[in-house]
Amino acid sequence: MNAQNTTEVIRPWAQRGPCCETSETCIEVQNLSVHYHGKQALGGVDLTIPRGCITAVVGPSGCGKSTFLNCLNRMTDMIPGCRVAGSVRLMGQDITQSDTDLISLRRRVGMIFQKPNPFPLSIRKNLTFALKHHGMKRRSDRDEAAKNALRSVGLWEEVKDRLDAPALELSGGQQQRLCLARALVLKPQVLLLDEPSSSLDPVASGVVEDLISQLRGRYTLVIVTHNLAQARRIADHVAVFWTRNGSGQLIETGSVSQVFDSPRHELTATYISGLRG
Amino acid sequence: MVWQPGRTDWPDRTVTVVVWLTALTVTGVFLWIVGDVLRHGLSGLSWGFLIEGPRDTGRAGGIGPMIVSTLLVLGVCLAVSVPIGVGTAVWLAEFARGGGLFGRLVRWSLDVLAGVPSIVFGLFGNALFCIYLGMGFSILSGGLTLACMVLPLLIRSCEAGLRAVPDDYRKAATALGLSRSAVLWRILLPAATPGLVVGLVLGIGRALGETAALLFTSGYVDRMPGSLMDSGRTLSVHIYDLAMNVPGGQNRAYATAIVLISLLLIVNVLTSHLADRWLHRRITRT
Repeated sequence: MNAQNTTEVIRPWAQRGPCCETSETCIEVQNLSVHYHGKQALGGVDLTIPRGCITAVVGPSGCGKSTFLNCLNRMTDMIPGCRVAGSVRLMGQDITQSDTDLISLRRRVGMIFQKPNPFPLSIRKNLTFALKHHGMKRRSDRDEAAKNALRSVGLWEEVKDRLDAPALELSGGQQQRLCLARALVLKPQVLLLDEPSSSLDPVASGVVEDLISQLRGRYTLVIVTHNLAQARRIADHVAVFWTRNGSGQLIETGSVSQVFDSPRHELTATYISGLRG
Repeated sequence: MVWQPGRTDWPDRTVTVVVWLTALTVTGVFLWIVGDVLRHGLSGLSWGFLIEGPRDTGRAGGIGPMIVSTLLVLGVCLAVSVPIGVGTAVWLAEFARGGGLFGRLVRWSLDVLAGVPSIVFGLFGNALFCIYLGMGFSILSGGLTLACMVLPLLIRSCEAGLRAVPDDYRKAATALGLSRSAVLWRILLPAATPGLVVGLVLGIGRALGETAALLFTSGYVDRMPGSLMDSGRTLSVHIYDLAMNVPGGQNRAYATAIVLISLLLIVNVLTSHLADRWLHRRITRT
């Protein structure tokens, strides 16, 4: 099936998802700062991420957006020379503590990367590998979970006849949806998306964007994006990051209409109008 | 744009001629060696030559015991060097990535070891395995000495194979909460198989061709070995002996060389096949 048909299949039901429940806080970030080899990359970030909403993190290149995202599931632990200070509370629990169970944290907080990165395994194994590892013993249970995950990203109809084909044979957009399914199959509470559609062609990018929009309400989503139009289309809340004195900072945060229609910060105003950044 | 030698000026034409000449020279030398070995050795080859023991210090009879000794020495060498080599490569590529003093020390030692002449390994193997550990001149001593020799090659190419695996897989696996061992076993090692195979091919080549280090360790007794503790003469040592110490052994040496080259080819194909079957197919099998 080609990409065009795919879009036709998905678009009708992929309208803007349900409204988010804004009263409850999912992630609370306080005075977060990150240093790489002693040099500050991000400083003094305070941000509240409401449950079930899409929060877009925007800003020019190198302003610490991805670094911020990596703090939310402790991927920063993988980076040599990276030191994180401050607190990040996920449903009230501080995840920056050294005794945090990283495996359970990362099951609760899934992540999608800029470049689709399915494992060099079959489509099926990409989805069942982590389930098996996390203790789902019965094969039929794993296959059922994989099927549901593929359905939820609109990929089931496209791949149901070739589940044992290599995942790397899929197109870029399909691979990214498979990665989304691979994260969803673990039933996370939060999904972190690091420019998930920026490496895809416009059609595939639109499909992925619709999918993300559809996940609103069921998951808490934090999406880093360079694409202001995309942030405006899908996000409920926006956090604008900027580089000051060589370090990334959060300069403005608010609902999407507030930030785009009546920005409080001068830099935000020039950034969203396309004059800077 | 396609490079068209015909339309270029003289420096380009010179380069074209030179690279063609070098390629032809390499092919020519290879064909010459193979042709020479076949011309002198083919007449000496027979079924009896492959299974019988040598008579008259090798001028008559066959090379059966040498083939067995060679395979045993190689078996000991691989059984010891592959697990240690892969383990060290995993440590270097996955655990000591950033460098660190110990990591740099290990890499530096391996690079030095890779360049040490084999006769030095022979002296070391003789002192450690034959004398200090009391193994005497035995197939075990020889195999262990070869393992020391082959390890640097194996480790460095396996490490390169692991490093060539895209970081994306590691990131994806970490983000899914997968443990390091599961990712290593199921994804990283299978994806690094090509590097491992290169290391094995180089290592097996070096081990099968080794003479100097084995003279001091596995010895040159030409009887059929009864156990790993027996001394045994490998094919390379036998060729050396026939060519240097046995007047009239020249043609037998060539015939043995044909067997050695064939054995090298067979073992290499077998190794690649097994590595593919056990590891690589885990990620490519549909």
